[in-house]
Amino acid sequence: MTVSPDMQRNMLRQMQTIRRFEEHASEGFLAGDIYGVVHCYIGEEAVAVGVCATLTREDKIISTHRGHGHCIAKGADLKRMMAELYGRETGYCKGKGGSMHIADFEIGMLGANGIVAGGISIITGAGLAAQMDGNGAVAVCFFGDGASNAGPFHESINIAASWKLPVIYVCENNLWAVNVPAENSLAVTDVAARAAGYGIPGKIVDGNDALAVYEAASEAVAHARNGGGPTLIECKTYRHRAHTERADQPDARPKAEIEAWMAKDPIDQLAAHLKGQQGQLTEDEWAAMDADVMSEVEAAIAFAKASPFPSTDSVSQDVFAD
Amino acid sequence: MPREITYLDAITEAIAEEMRRDEKIFHLSTDAPGALLKEFGPSRVRQTPITESALTGMAIGAAGSGYRPIVDWRLVTFSFVAMDQIVNQAAKIHYMFGGQQKFPILFRTTVGGGTRRAAQHSQSPYSMFMNLAGLRQALPSTPYDVKGLTKAAIRDNNPVVMFESGRLGGLQGEVPDEDYTIPFGQADVKREGTDVTVVALAWLVHEALAAAETLAKEGISVEVIDPRSLVPMDAETIRRSVQKTGRLVVADEAGPTCSAAAEIISLATEDAATFKALQAPPARVCAFQVPIPYAPHLEDHVFPDRNRIIDGIRTVIGS
Repeated sequence: MTVSPDMQRNMLRQMQTIRRFEEHASEGFLAGDIYGVVHCYIGEEAVAVGVCATLTREDKIISTHRGHGHCIAKGADLKRMMAELYGRETGYCKGKGGSMHIADFEIGMLGANGIVAGGISIITGAGLAAQMDGNGAVAVCFFGDGASNAGPFHESINIAASWKLPVIYVCENNLWAVNVPAENSLAVTDVAARAAGYGIPGKIVDGNDALAVYEAASEAVAHARNGGGPTLIECKTYRHRAHTERADQPDARPKAEIEAWMAKDPIDQLAAHLKGQQGQLTEDEWAAMDADVMSEVEAAIAFAKASPFPSTDSVSQDVFAD
Repeated sequence: MPREITYLDAITEAIAEEMRRDEKIFHLSTDAPGALLKEFGPSRVRQTPITESALTGMAIGAAGSGYRPIVDWRLVTFSFVAMDQIVNQAAKIHYMFGGQQKFPILFRTTVGGGTRRAAQHSQSPYSMFMNLAGLRQALPSTPYDVKGLTKAAIRDNNPVVMFESGRLGGLQGEVPDEDYTIPFGQADVKREGTDVTVVALAWLVHEALAAAETLAKEGISVEVIDPRSLVPMDAETIRRSVQKTGRLVVADEAGPTCSAAAEIISLATEDAATFKALQAPPARVCAFQVPIPYAPHLEDHVFPDRNRIIDGIRTVIGS
C-alpha cells in the first residue's frame, strides 16, 4: 500500500504535535500548572496517527488513560485540550475531566478513560450503533496490553465477533501495564494470538512504524466497512517515559530496554523515511514543520493560561442532562 | 375505558409504545421479551450473551452515538458484575466530559426477595445506587406507576435505573389506554391519614396499605406515601405529611444501614419545620441486615410485612 508523501508529511506533523504537546504537558505538570496525573504517549505516536489516518470524521474512537495522542490524531483542538489539562472553563470538559477524561463527541472521540479496559465495551456499543445506522462507519478501540487481560476485552470482542460489528480493536502493547511486565502477566507472547479464540483476524504490526500501522489499519477498516466484522491489531510499541510523570512513582523498567526502544523512535523513523525519498523532506522543511508545531502548542498554552478557572457555581451543573 | 393489566405487562406496554414512537430505542438483554421480539424483531430486541458488564458499556456507547438503549440486567444481583460500567462510566460520563453529550439509557432490573432463591438472587440494594451522582432511579409499586415512570425513563436524557419489584410482577392494576408519563421526583399519597405517616417502598406500599386498613378499625389514621422515584426524592411531599401527622415510619424491603429509609428519615428530620412537628422519634421497619437466606421460614423472617409495620406504627404512636 502506498501512502502519498503529502499524507506521510501530515502524519509526521501529527506525531510531532503529540510529542510537543506532551513534552509541555510534562513540563506544566512538574511546574504545578497541570494537576493530578499525566500519562504521556511519547514513543507510541505512530499507533494513534497510523490508525486515525484511515478514519473519517464519522468513525468513532475510544481511548485510555494515556489519551492525548488519540485525541490529537482524531483531530481534537489543542487549545481546548490544553485548557482542560490546566483545569480551565474553556477546556473540553469545562475543567471537570482533566488529562484522563478528554472527549470530543463532535469528532467521534468518545473519550479517554481512567479505568483500564473501561472503554472497550463502550466503543463496542458505538460499533453496534454504526452497524444499525448502516452507513459504513467504524469504531476503533485503543487499549493496552494490560487491558487485554481484563474481562471487558473478552466480553466485548466476543459480542463484536458474534454480531460482526464494525469495530477495530487496537492493542498498544507497550510491554508494561503500569509496572507489571507483559511477560509476567500474559500467558501468550502476542495479544493478537487471542483473535483466533474469537474467530476474527489478528495481526501483529510494528507499532513504531506509522506506515505499517496505517497499512494494517486500512485492511481492518475496509474489512469492517464491508461487513466483515472486527479485527484485533496488536501494535508492538513502547512508551519512552514512565507510567506517569509523577516523580514519586519510579519506573520499574530496565534502562537497557528503554534505550533500545528509544533508538527505534517512531518520529525519527518516519522523518528518515521521508528524507530518504528524493525531495520529500529536507532538513530545513523538517525544522520548519517542528517550529510550526511548537508555535501551535505555544498558542494552546497561552490560550489555557489566559482562560478563567471554572466558577464554583458550575460544580453542580451537568450532573444530569436536561 | 378502565382496564386492569399486570405490573409486568405495564412495563412491556410502556417499552412497546415508546419503541413505536422512536426508532432509536432498542432493547438488550439475555432474555428477549417475547412480545417485544415479535413486534420489533431481533435487531431492536437483541438477545445477548450473559455479559451484564459489556451490555452496560455498549449501551453507553450506543447512547453516545444517538441511540436510546434499554438494558435489562434482570436480577439486580447480576448488575454487580457491571459495577465499573455503572459507577465509573454511566453515572459519571455526562459530568466528567463537561456535559457535551447526553446518554439516554434505561437500565431495567428486578429487586426484592420472597422467591426462595437465596442471597445471590435476592436483594434490594438501591441505596448503593442512590449514593451515586448521575443516575435517576425509580421504584414503582403499581402497574399505573411503573408504566408512567418507565415511559418517563425512556424519554429522559440521562441514564435511569428502573428498579422493578419482583414480588409485584403479577400484580393487577388499572392502567388507562391513553399515553401518559409520571415525572421523576413526584411522590404519591396512596392513602390519606392524620395520625402517622408511613413512607413505604415497592411491595411494602401494599403491606402498609393493609396495615392502615387494619389500624383504621382501631381508629388510627395512617397516611401512606410512596416516593415512587428514589433519585430525585420528593422530600416536600414527605415533609408536608409528617408536619401534618407528627409521626414517621419508613417501611422497606432492604436492610436499614445507609438505606433509602435512612435517607428519607434524614430528609424529614433535617428540615426544621418537620423536626419541630415530630411527636415521636421516627422508626425504620426494614429487613434484617443479613444476606437473604434460603429456607422459607428464614427468608420470611428477614423481611418486614404488614404486622411489623403495625408494630412500628404502634411504637411511634405510643399505643
